[in-house]
Amino acid sequence: MATTWDVDGGKSVRTPHRDIAYAGSTATKPAGPRARRKLGPGPAIPFGLQIGPALLVLIWVAGSALGWIDPRILSAPWTVVEAFGRLIEQGRLQDNFVTSATRALLGLSIGLVIGTILAVTAGLSRIGEALIDGPVQIKRAIPTLALIPLLILWFGIGESMKVTTIVLAVIVPIYIHTHNALRSIDSRYVELAETLRMSQKDFIFQVVLPGALPGFLLGLRFAVTLCWVSLVVVEQINATSGLGYMIDLARTYGQTDVILVGLVVYVLLGLVSDGLVRLLERRVLSWRRTLAS
Amino acid sequence: MAPHSGQLKPATKAVHVESLVRRFATKTILDGVDLDIERGEFVALLGKSGSGKSTFLRALAGLDHEVEGTGTLDVPENLSVVFQDARLLPWRSVVQNVTLGLPGTSGQEAGRKALAEVGLQGRENAWPNQLSGGEQQRVALARSLVRDPALLLADEPFGALDALTRLKMHDLLRELCARHRPAVLLVTHDVDEAISLADRILVLDEGRFIEDLRIDLPTPRDHGDPRFAQIRSHLLSRLGVDVSGRKAA
Repeated sequence: MATTWDVDGGKSVRTPHRDIAYAGSTATKPAGPRARRKLGPGPAIPFGLQIGPALLVLIWVAGSALGWIDPRILSAPWTVVEAFGRLIEQGRLQDNFVTSATRALLGLSIGLVIGTILAVTAGLSRIGEALIDGPVQIKRAIPTLALIPLLILWFGIGESMKVTTIVLAVIVPIYIHTHNALRSIDSRYVELAETLRMSQKDFIFQVVLPGALPGFLLGLRFAVTLCWVSLVVVEQINATSGLGYMIDLARTYGQTDVILVGLVVYVLLGLVSDGLVRLLERRVLSWRRTLAS
Repeated sequence: MAPHSGQLKPATKAVHVESLVRRFATKTILDGVDLDIERGEFVALLGKSGSGKSTFLRALAGLDHEVEGTGTLDVPENLSVVFQDARLLPWRSVVQNVTLGLPGTSGQEAGRKALAEVGLQGRENAWPNQLSGGEQQRVALARSLVRDPALLLADEPFGALDALTRLKMHDLLRELCARHRPAVLLVTHDVDEAISLADRILVLDEGRFIEDLRIDLPTPRDHGDPRFAQIRSHLLSRLGVDVSGRKAA
């Protein structure tokens, strides 16, 4: 606009006039009605997510130091740290951790493979769906805990019973989310694949499986959490090793500090494995991140 | 799909349709439609909503598996569809979307060339979500081009774009069609779009063609041309829009 007026000298007179009007309108702005209230929760607080847990720890420390908390009910933080050091020194923590982690990873891997195969079979063929979907839904209605007596009768109380329990627990979320994602692939993409005359193989590997990946990864997040949860269940029943066994034994001897060490390890395991899956999600679904950024 | 006879069409024809009927439940959408499209001919299909224009296009594209119907339908094997939405797979890069389903490395090179043709060189490895609506639709055009179709079916391809982008896309489509010479069937509700692009305009109403108009204006077409305005008001009246008192834009 300014260039037109520079060229046309006669009109340039109007430019300062406009400037004044503009300056005047901005000057009245602060005097206007009070700022509108925002309806959102407002800007993020720095380290906001850490505040809650830090406060809990602080209460725990203060309560133990001031004698408000009976150490028989909840050991003091420093006692727990001591117990942690002692258990590592004795090698008990590492041994039990390795045993538990092996069970969890084995169960998770087997469950992952079976759950994915079932979901893809049921998702891509009607016969597969007719055969598989019902039984999985029935399994979903049975709590894992309730299956343990039967599994003990079948597999004894050894490792195979524990791993089977974890496998059965993990299959469900993997299957449900992957199957759901496969079934909710946009029909517009199916049409597209038809007009592009894609082969069945291309259709499955270019459209269906990548499209179902977000659902699979969501299922994986649930599965990872669930495999640690089922681990606790199997290790507190008829186990002679593992973190759950360590905790259960500590209950027998009234060692609150050892129980707390076990719980802290569970927390760390749960958070770390969830973080790993989220990292995987970010890398594999980078096409999605662009939408959010 | 409705039964199609294997009747041979003359070599100069890209599309031959005879007494095509399509029905949804009891409602007849296409009521015995006949149409021939020459090779390289650009046909625009106008119609009110619900007139059956999308049904017609989907019948030609072979996308009406579950629709009841009869008639003769002879379309080239090598046809390509551009939808109203760009319909890009969000989990595949731009160039992968263009070459979707093409075999091997020869496809890669062709994909890059097609993208350059629609003015998107350098964006090959972007994700579709990173492109604007107009750019996404250009990728969809490149995806059709790279297959060198004998027939291009376009279902309101620019309907979701803003007016300025739409004008640019018209130029691009005209240019691409002049170079590759596919037969085109463009379904649209935009009368100006039809007049600026097509060699021939059809109007569909209640399942039948009620107008088959050849457009002989020189290209590029000037919207201010009095003949343009005349054709527009004629077509609008055929579409049931009251044109008295309306002025050409």
